[in-house]
Amino acid sequence: MKSCEYQQIDPRALSVSPLSAQSHPQTKAQRPRRKWEVFPGKNRFFCNGRIILSRQSGVLPLTLGLIVITCGLFFAFDCPFLVEHLTVFIPVIGGALFVFVILSLFRTSFTDPGILPRATPDEAADIERQIDSSGSSSYRPPPRTKEILINQQVVKLKYCFTCKMFRPPRTSHCSLCDNCVERFDHHCPWVGNCVGKRNYRFFYSFIISLSFLTSFIFGCVITHLTLRCHAGKSLIQAIQESPLVICFFSVWSILGLSGFHTYLVASNLTTNEDIKGSWSSKRGAEDSGNPYTYNGIIKNCCATLCGPMPPSLIDRRGFVPPDEAAAAACTSEIELPPFTAKNDTNMCTQSTKDVLERMLHSSDFHGVCPAGPPKTSPLGLEASDSLGAARAPSMCSRRADSPCTTCARSRKDSLHSINPAFRLASPSPSLPRVNLALSDTQEKGFIPLP
Amino acid sequence: MAETHSLQELQTPPVSSKVFIQRDYTSGTICRFQTKFPSELENRVDKQQFEDTIQTLNNLYAEAEKLGGRSYLEGCLACLTAYTVFLCLETHYEKVLKKISRFIKDQNEKIYAPRGLLLTDPIERGLRVVEITIFEDRGVGSGR
Repeated sequence: MKSCEYQQIDPRALSVSPLSAQSHPQTKAQRPRRKWEVFPGKNRFFCNGRIILSRQSGVLPLTLGLIVITCGLFFAFDCPFLVEHLTVFIPVIGGALFVFVILSLFRTSFTDPGILPRATPDEAADIERQIDSSGSSSYRPPPRTKEILINQQVVKLKYCFTCKMFRPPRTSHCSLCDNCVERFDHHCPWVGNCVGKRNYRFFYSFIISLSFLTSFIFGCVITHLTLRCHAGKSLIQAIQESPLVICFFSVWSILGLSGFHTYLVASNLTTNEDIKGSWSSKRGAEDSGNPYTYNGIIKNCCATLCGPMPPSLIDRRGFVPPDEAAAAACTSEIELPPFTAKNDTNMCTQSTKDVLERMLHSSDFHGVCPAGPPKTSPLGLEASDSLGAARAPSMCSRRADSPCTTCARSRKDSLHSINPAFRLASPSPSLPRVNLALSDTQEKGFIPLP
Repeated sequence: MAETHSLQELQTPPVSSKVFIQRDYTSGTICRFQTKFPSELENRVDKQQFEDTIQTLNNLYAEAEKLGGRSYLEGCLACLTAYTVFLCLETHYEKVLKKISRFIKDQNEKIYAPRGLLLTDPIERGLRVVEITIFEDRGVGSGR
């Protein structure tokens, strides 16, 4: 609260040129941004952050379409006949199952699967400082694994270069969504989202209810055809109108999938662990054994499906803090293209670039801007383009070692090392240009990943 | 370090460093933090007080994640209503999280702020770390 009040009479804001004075009221007048608007992962948000979806929504519309068409055909052609010949409860049960399936599907697709927010620059620096404390050269990449004991069993934690942290156990990084997801099961294209800790129970209830629905429809359709045969009516026409074919193929695959996931739930495994064979007995008797199991089918099922619902860690609808918002507002339009263009480069390059950017932007954006020549600092990007582009390469070659070393040094040191260079070459608004060039130079295999 | 001084800086002492208490995974994936006393806080706060704070936090998180009758009931109710009940009701976990933030605020006011420290609620860091901000000891009022 105090800092917001005092920002209005911040003497630094008074000393800058009119252009900057223009941009400052603009950023203040700009509505406060919500965290989902600056979320770094590949996700889409709707309803002002309430609904989260993967950017690659896969075949979710197809899934919906198949379910709706199948049920539609069932209600249109089979139900009237069956209501007449059997009971009125058939469409009632079908309707209830249909509603349950659709709600579970939406819950699975639109829920945050357990995304872990990326490490803040301070955290990342702290981790790198800890692992660099053995005093090696600045070009050595941080070790990628850390071994810990879980229930007397050795588990390796991997370092995530995108999120800049050691992944908690059972967490995996989804390359499609570009997020670390807790208790990562798999990325399901049918629901258009990852399946993880928070939405696994919804996913499970979706496939179980879908199994019931498809089996139910399949059964009703067979009954219908049988009755028609007995009644001597046209069989071919009945087959053409009923959803028999769709049902026939989907029943077996859905039932198979449900069976597989029931086995996973009962043994407290994830699809990811099962596929990799992390806890299989092939690895040796002393290594085997899932350290997370409760050694009881009922307990495993209850823990996985009926356990407490963990909260979303990414706080989509929270507001971005004002000091970060000011930095982000100036660079947000420029930041996005480099990130989207960087899909193919290795994660380490991107992560070191991120660390460099964030340490420059968030930690003393205020310090860098007016520190040097105030007249040039608030220049629009177009003015400093030529400056930045021309000088960036020379700066980059000198700066090539900075990402790793800045990670290792404290924030203050990094500012000292970067400030003079930026004051010489170009002020902070052209930082994104520098970073674009930086990324190009770094692609030449700067940090070799094993 | 800063070329200009603002009123902001004079009000709030600059941050000297941050200490991060990492998660303790020895009992599995439940939320627990390491109780090892970091060396940076040695002359700032009493070791026992710090350990008590972390231990209470751990107990609160254990309470949130406890598998018991209450959580099973909540889970079954949610399943029966096709998970729409979570749209209206607050889960047990969320209630405990509110309790935790009140506890942290309380601890900050009573113990840590007078010593120039600030505990950040782990939920703001994705339940990965307990971040302790160490303010420079300038003798200028307390931090935030």
